[in-house]
Amino acid sequence: MNTHASAASATEVVQQGLDKRYSAESRFKIYGILGISIAMVFLFILMFSILSTGIPAFSKSKILLPFYMDPEVINVEDLADPAAARKINLRKIVNDSKAAFFGATERADKRQLEEVVSTLAQLEVLEHIRANPEDVGQTVELWVTADDEAGRWYKGEVDETLPENRRPLNDQQIEWLKRLTAEERVKTTFNDTFFQGGDSRNPEQAGILAALKGSFLTLIVTLGLSFPVGVAAAVYLEEFAPKNRFTDLVEVNINNLAAVPSIIFGLLGLAVFLNIFGMPRSAPVVGGLVLTLMTLPTIIISSRAALRAVPPSIKDAALGLGASPMQTVFHHVVPLALPGMLTGTIIGLAQALGETAPLLMIGMVAFIVDVPQGFTDASSVLPVQIYLWSDSAERAFVEKTSGGIIVLLMFLIAMNAMAVLLRKKFERRW
Amino acid sequence: MTEATMTNEVVEKTGVDRKVPDQTVGNVYVDEPRMTSRAVDVYYGDKQAIDGVTLDIGAQEVISFIGPSGCGKSTFLRCLNRMNDTIDICRVTGEIALDGQNIYDPSIDVVPLRARVGMVFQKPNPFPKSIYDNIAYGPRIHGLATDKVDLDNIVEESLTKAGLWEEVKDRLEQPGTGLSGGQQQRLCIARAMAVSPEVILMDEPCSALDPIATAKVEELIHELREQYTIVIVTHSMQQAARVSNRTAYFHLGKLVEVGETKQIFTNPTHELTQDYITGRFG
Repeated sequence: MNTHASAASATEVVQQGLDKRYSAESRFKIYGILGISIAMVFLFILMFSILSTGIPAFSKSKILLPFYMDPEVINVEDLADPAAARKINLRKIVNDSKAAFFGATERADKRQLEEVVSTLAQLEVLEHIRANPEDVGQTVELWVTADDEAGRWYKGEVDETLPENRRPLNDQQIEWLKRLTAEERVKTTFNDTFFQGGDSRNPEQAGILAALKGSFLTLIVTLGLSFPVGVAAAVYLEEFAPKNRFTDLVEVNINNLAAVPSIIFGLLGLAVFLNIFGMPRSAPVVGGLVLTLMTLPTIIISSRAALRAVPPSIKDAALGLGASPMQTVFHHVVPLALPGMLTGTIIGLAQALGETAPLLMIGMVAFIVDVPQGFTDASSVLPVQIYLWSDSAERAFVEKTSGGIIVLLMFLIAMNAMAVLLRKKFERRW
Repeated sequence: MTEATMTNEVVEKTGVDRKVPDQTVGNVYVDEPRMTSRAVDVYYGDKQAIDGVTLDIGAQEVISFIGPSGCGKSTFLRCLNRMNDTIDICRVTGEIALDGQNIYDPSIDVVPLRARVGMVFQKPNPFPKSIYDNIAYGPRIHGLATDKVDLDNIVEESLTKAGLWEEVKDRLEQPGTGLSGGQQQRLCIARAMAVSPEVILMDEPCSALDPIATAKVEELIHELREQYTIVIVTHSMQQAARVSNRTAYFHLGKLVEVGETKQIFTNPTHELTQDYITGRFG
């Protein structure tokens, strides 16, 4: 067997096989590159479509109009008191002023002006007149928000080639908008309303802040509950629990829970937290509790994997020095497993951030106008808000939907960046 | 490897049917024992790993355990500070006493026991912390140091005893894992000494080290024998011959022969010991 001749032929056999092996390797590399390229292309298409439709949501059109602050409508004394100020008939001021500017005398023409100037103008007029009460009785030039359809026309999103009756804006309205442009009474500014308010039926008034804060509050509850509970459960199961039938059963059940569809957690939340405990509907605290239930299995499983990955030699070293099991775990094993635990937690939280289904069950799908101030206020969350906008009839909500997605992605990136930083901080080599 | 194949292997290699004796050959008792074990059996589940080991370990002596792989020498060593407790299926019967007190007594707490019987492992396993913290960890958890100055002294003393002080005194804040293999092992020895144990167990402490680092560790063991009782498991018979006063030869879970190191290596009584020493198997 070990003769010289057979050794030489063995080399030949190896040589012949080599080409085959190398071509298999290069084929495999091509598959890999192909796979990555496809993924990148789709990611690029996704990002491009979201950004191209979403970016306009961050800007809005403002138009400059003269407003006659009619002293018969505005009582100067009312301006000091916010409650009384709210009762001023601003609608009449705005409607009269814009009708006068555009020369609209017919009732039908006045109606058409509603697609040019937003109802936000009333608030903007009120703000100005409260800051400058001396302007009552004067005519003041003010920058006010354009209506969503006018805004879309200024952003070039209205197709003028369509027949008039299929366009959101008719010829008369476009005429007015063109006149404003010609007189340089139009400007595009950063859409601060989008980041300051809650949902609205008027696209130009709809904001993301309520949903953003709702998501933030919900995730705080989720993190605050699921991380300590999950880590404690993982540490106990991995390091202290006796290995018997009962702990096996617990383990199997945790693994199964990770695969349970999320809407079932929503039903559980509805049945237990709302109906039995009587907790407030649509509240971030309940949303957080439901998402905690959903995230816990993920955190427990990944934390246990991280704990198992700690080399036993470190544990032996600590035990050999006379550290108690508790000291061994908390001085050595947990610090070394922390980066892995954080990774699992962040994956769980990212999942929770994007979750809609279980939150529908506990009423977080409601139409929320006010920014939530605490954990028990009614609120929405980002993905639900995006879903609601995507379902709205007005065309301007299309860009709001994409704008909302951009905000959601930014939130996610910020969260992941924080996790990476934390992991870097805790990471230690052994 | 099962017991049957092990025995067959012995027969195959030596050509003679050697029987593992029921009774240990040589004198297992010493005058002033620090640790005593009487009829110790160890089981992993149903499998018996140690069978009736009776042995005294004297104060201020270095005793080495030798024997082929799987003979139970490491298992027996780990019984001496109850490190086997960490293995769920491991069961120990018989009696092991430290200074006359049975360490397997239910009233005994393993935490102080392990502070009295320190351990150095086969692979250097410094904590992923600074050199200083590696040494200071034991004294800290046991509350051995009254203040920072005291702790500094313990760290310096331990590192000096381990012959590492001169090499690391300027970089105590650097991670212990950044040292070379030999330095790491001496760091682990220093760490074990920092809690002032009476006995130090060493489980093949040099098997992962190069000859130069091995020589340093052996030199260290030589110096430490003045103050500590040292039990060392080794695969290297030269090492056993160099560092120990007494040598115990294990085979298939039994203690075959024990005696003065010189006698074991020059004039072993039992045939199995003889075969192993002369390198006919193992």
